[in-house]
Amino acid sequence: MSGGPYSDDRSNRDRSIANPAGAGAGTAQPVAGGGEAHAAPGGPYLVGEAMTGGYGRGADILHGCTIAVERGEIAVIVGPNGAGKSTAMKALFGMLSLREGAVTLAGEEITELAPQARVARGMGFVPQNGNIFTSMTVEENLEMGAFLRRDDFRGTMEQVYDLFPVLRDKRRQAAGELSGGQRQQVAVGRALMTQPKVLMLDEPTAGVSPIVMDELFDRIIEVARTGLPVLMVEQNARQALEIADRGYVLVQGRNAHTGTGRELLADAEVRRSFLGG
Amino acid sequence: MTMRTVLLFALVALLILGTGVLQSWNTALVILNMGLVSAVMSLGVNLQWGLAGLFNVGVMGFVATGGLAVVLVSMPPVPEAWSAGGARLIGALVLGMAVIAAGVAAWKRLPRGWRGWALAAILLAGFFVYRAVLDPAVGAVEDVNPAATGYLGGLGLPVLLAWPVGGLLAAGVAWVIGKTALGLRSDYLAIATLGIAEIIIAVLKNEDWLARGVKNVIGLPRPVPYEIDLQNDAAFVERAAGLGLDPTTASTLTVKLGYGLLFAAVLIVLLVLAQLALNSPWGRMMRAIRDNEEAAEAMGKDVTGRHLQVFILGSALCGLAGAMMTTLDGQLVPTTYQPLRYTFLIWVMVIVGGSGNNLGAVLGGFLIWFLWVQVEPIGQAIMGFVTAGMAEDSALRDHLLGSVQHMRLLTMGLVLLVVLRFAPRGLLPER
Amino acid sequence: MDIVNALVALANFVLIPAVAYGSQLALGALGVTLIYGILRFSNFAHGDSMAWGTMCAVLATWGLQGMGVSLGPLPTALLAIPAGILGAAALLLATDRVVYRFYRAQKAKPVILVIVSMGVMFVYNGLTRFVIGPDDQRFADGERFIISALDFRAMTGLDEGLAIKTTQGITVVVAVLVVAFLFWFLTHTRTGKSMRAYSDNEDLALLSGINPERVVLVTWLFVAALATIAGVLYGLDKSFKPFTYFQLLLPIFASAIVGGMGSPLGAIAGGYIIAFSEVGITYAWKKVLGHLLPESLEPSGLVQLLSTDYKFAVSFVILVIVLLFRPTGLFRGKSV
Repeated sequence: MSGGPYSDDRSNRDRSIANPAGAGAGTAQPVAGGGEAHAAPGGPYLVGEAMTGGYGRGADILHGCTIAVERGEIAVIVGPNGAGKSTAMKALFGMLSLREGAVTLAGEEITELAPQARVARGMGFVPQNGNIFTSMTVEENLEMGAFLRRDDFRGTMEQVYDLFPVLRDKRRQAAGELSGGQRQQVAVGRALMTQPKVLMLDEPTAGVSPIVMDELFDRIIEVARTGLPVLMVEQNARQALEIADRGYVLVQGRNAHTGTGRELLADAEVRRSFLGG
Repeated sequence: MTMRTVLLFALVALLILGTGVLQSWNTALVILNMGLVSAVMSLGVNLQWGLAGLFNVGVMGFVATGGLAVVLVSMPPVPEAWSAGGARLIGALVLGMAVIAAGVAAWKRLPRGWRGWALAAILLAGFFVYRAVLDPAVGAVEDVNPAATGYLGGLGLPVLLAWPVGGLLAAGVAWVIGKTALGLRSDYLAIATLGIAEIIIAVLKNEDWLARGVKNVIGLPRPVPYEIDLQNDAAFVERAAGLGLDPTTASTLTVKLGYGLLFAAVLIVLLVLAQLALNSPWGRMMRAIRDNEEAAEAMGKDVTGRHLQVFILGSALCGLAGAMMTTLDGQLVPTTYQPLRYTFLIWVMVIVGGSGNNLGAVLGGFLIWFLWVQVEPIGQAIMGFVTAGMAEDSALRDHLLGSVQHMRLLTMGLVLLVVLRFAPRGLLPER
Repeated sequence: MDIVNALVALANFVLIPAVAYGSQLALGALGVTLIYGILRFSNFAHGDSMAWGTMCAVLATWGLQGMGVSLGPLPTALLAIPAGILGAAALLLATDRVVYRFYRAQKAKPVILVIVSMGVMFVYNGLTRFVIGPDDQRFADGERFIISALDFRAMTGLDEGLAIKTTQGITVVVAVLVVAFLFWFLTHTRTGKSMRAYSDNEDLALLSGINPERVVLVTWLFVAALATIAGVLYGLDKSFKPFTYFQLLLPIFASAIVGGMGSPLGAIAGGYIIAFSEVGITYAWKKVLGHLLPESLEPSGLVQLLSTDYKFAVSFVILVIVLLFRPTGLFRGKSV
């Protein structure tokens, strides 16, 4: 137990008197609000440069890890379990404070910005778990995605429905009643509603069937073709690298191999270590 | 025992002694005696909350159960009432329990499909039969000299016996509650215990045959001599004179000291037992369960069983304290049981003292009780100061002076909030 | 056998009082369930928030009456409700600022917040008594009845009278309006939807740019309004006494839990279930049965299942039954 006098678990079965979901975003210590962005011209569209950091006061998980994605590209982070793939993405998104390194988006240094502020600056993030509002309808989920937008977002919603036609049919259904693949579509759709400048997906295909996975990848390619950079963390390394313009293989929080998807697939060592030969 | 513990207990002693010097020794002893009782109660709640993390807000119910025990044990029986309907009444109660037992048995044995209906049928039919037997018996008992008795009376046993009986009775009630409610989520447990406490008070107020309801039972036997007897005792008067005291003061002091010694003995025994339990393997297991229930369960600990155990134990302490308190008061007055005073105030004691620390709970009991008593005179003084400049007939002045008594609740709330905010582990933290 | 008279007696003594009481409970339970859903703790200070808001309304009513303002046949207190809501909102928001916000920032466990709310309960309790005292206050005025038993008998020629108190009529009308507005707000406005989103998935709500402090602010405003309206309606119907309001905590929580904590629809259903059971079980059925049964079978006793002093027992038993058989409540509250 990490968290001081107010986080003691004392109680019955549920370990809390009411709703433990209220405890918030796990043990991560996100970047606090109030930081500012600085101009940092040049370099790739979104880049986390030499990121070092970990959760709370615990040991570092990332060690000088660099992740970048260019306009119109799909970048993929793969690697063995516990390599810090999701942590690297969370670091880009500001969900944990970096001890060293910097994050730059569209020529601006945003290392000090809180996650919410990064959303406002055009980062669309789809977490791995709890990425939809289960009790709300599909349409309401999309509306919540566009919460920060004050302009008319019906056009964007139509685009999302065009991309994921099944959602149009189920727009009045509670999102929690949908199948796993459809929920992921809602989640991606929700993130697209902000009209992000970069889309970040944390294991979008976790727990869906291979057919659904292929379909999801097709959609993601479609999204990337519109010019929107996509960065994703994937367990299914081979399939992900096949669609990747740029791949990052992380091992123990460090960049082990970097290259185009094709290069990595062809690399003998990557094949041997991570792709099962 | 750390320096901090010693200092804080010295502070409590100083406060009580100061009251004796500045106000009166009678007041000081009154505070001390109820402080001792409060300490036992908060020890009980600390067992449940501090050690096991059980959220019991039905303390008042267990305290009242202890009070009832004093009546049932120590008052003389009323033979006319027993002959009028005692047997029938007991029969009805046994019948009621049998109905519940039958219902439980039916629920466990019968096939899934219709056992719900069977249970409902048994309970409904049983309820009417029970009422048919009970009501006339109750009527007969309550008609026997209602002005003076109108109830079955007690067993006429020594009043000190009522203290362990009070604990046992409360333990019994706790067993029933624990069996049904401990498996529930803890906020539900809180509401459930809150409800049970209200029901127990409703029973005390309503069932005149049991303890005269709102007509109150007064003149309970005492474990200490009566003041008037002491004053008539020549030897006592002489000794008092030797100490420079008038007989009246000396007798009241002696009586209160007597209670104080009895209570202190109980508290010390309980505190020693609680400390031993806390540091025993049993106590370590309880804390392990509290800190991580799932892990404890995975290691094969019977979490629900342990919870039931500690719930019963803590409630028994509250019952014991309730019996002590009713003995001290010499009367059982159901309308005086208020949740703010007997449930939530005890919680303030535990939180302020330091949950999980027995010494802390005892300290909190004394300190908060002292504050509860002394807030009123302090408030009076403050209000006197505030209103000093106002006209004699000012309505605001009257209102302010008349509202002083309500400062208590306000102060307790503020104390709790301040402690939670700035010393969340209490004055004497666990470990 | 006299079915019409039996029905009238039933309506008079059970249905109408229970509908009114149920509406009051439902409004109270809605407040509790909103706090649970959004701030994620069981607020023990809710009964006393009701008492405070009602007290403000009572004071405003007296002020209006003193100025000679009246609503004719309707109680003046209706005009005072906004003042009561304002008073309650001021107190609740101040509390949130001074007390609760700190624990939110600390991401304190809900159980800590429950204990904090116990402290707040003490403070509110003291404040209310400090201002208005612990005694019963009546503040209802205007016409007492919409239909009095006497008029009803004269109108219909039946043996049984049917009385509908003005306060009962007002309770139902106001409750329907308030609930309709709340639901419309939650499902049709941007802020309402953001409240539901925050209740559903706090982290994702933050990611979507929903401002938690704003959601909390609006929630407290709704809670203040619901608590005050429920309290004023209850006070008009019965009377205003701070301690009674504290005790209402039990049936209100029972309603919210029976319906499913966090589910507004459940809170309403729960309110009526608790109210009907309470009134039904503590009502002496002799009169109704007397009309229904042939004379030979007429009951000799009162046929009262439990004396009215045991009404808490009714809420409690229903609570336990529902929890044992359907732990998330009838309407599937927030799954934990």
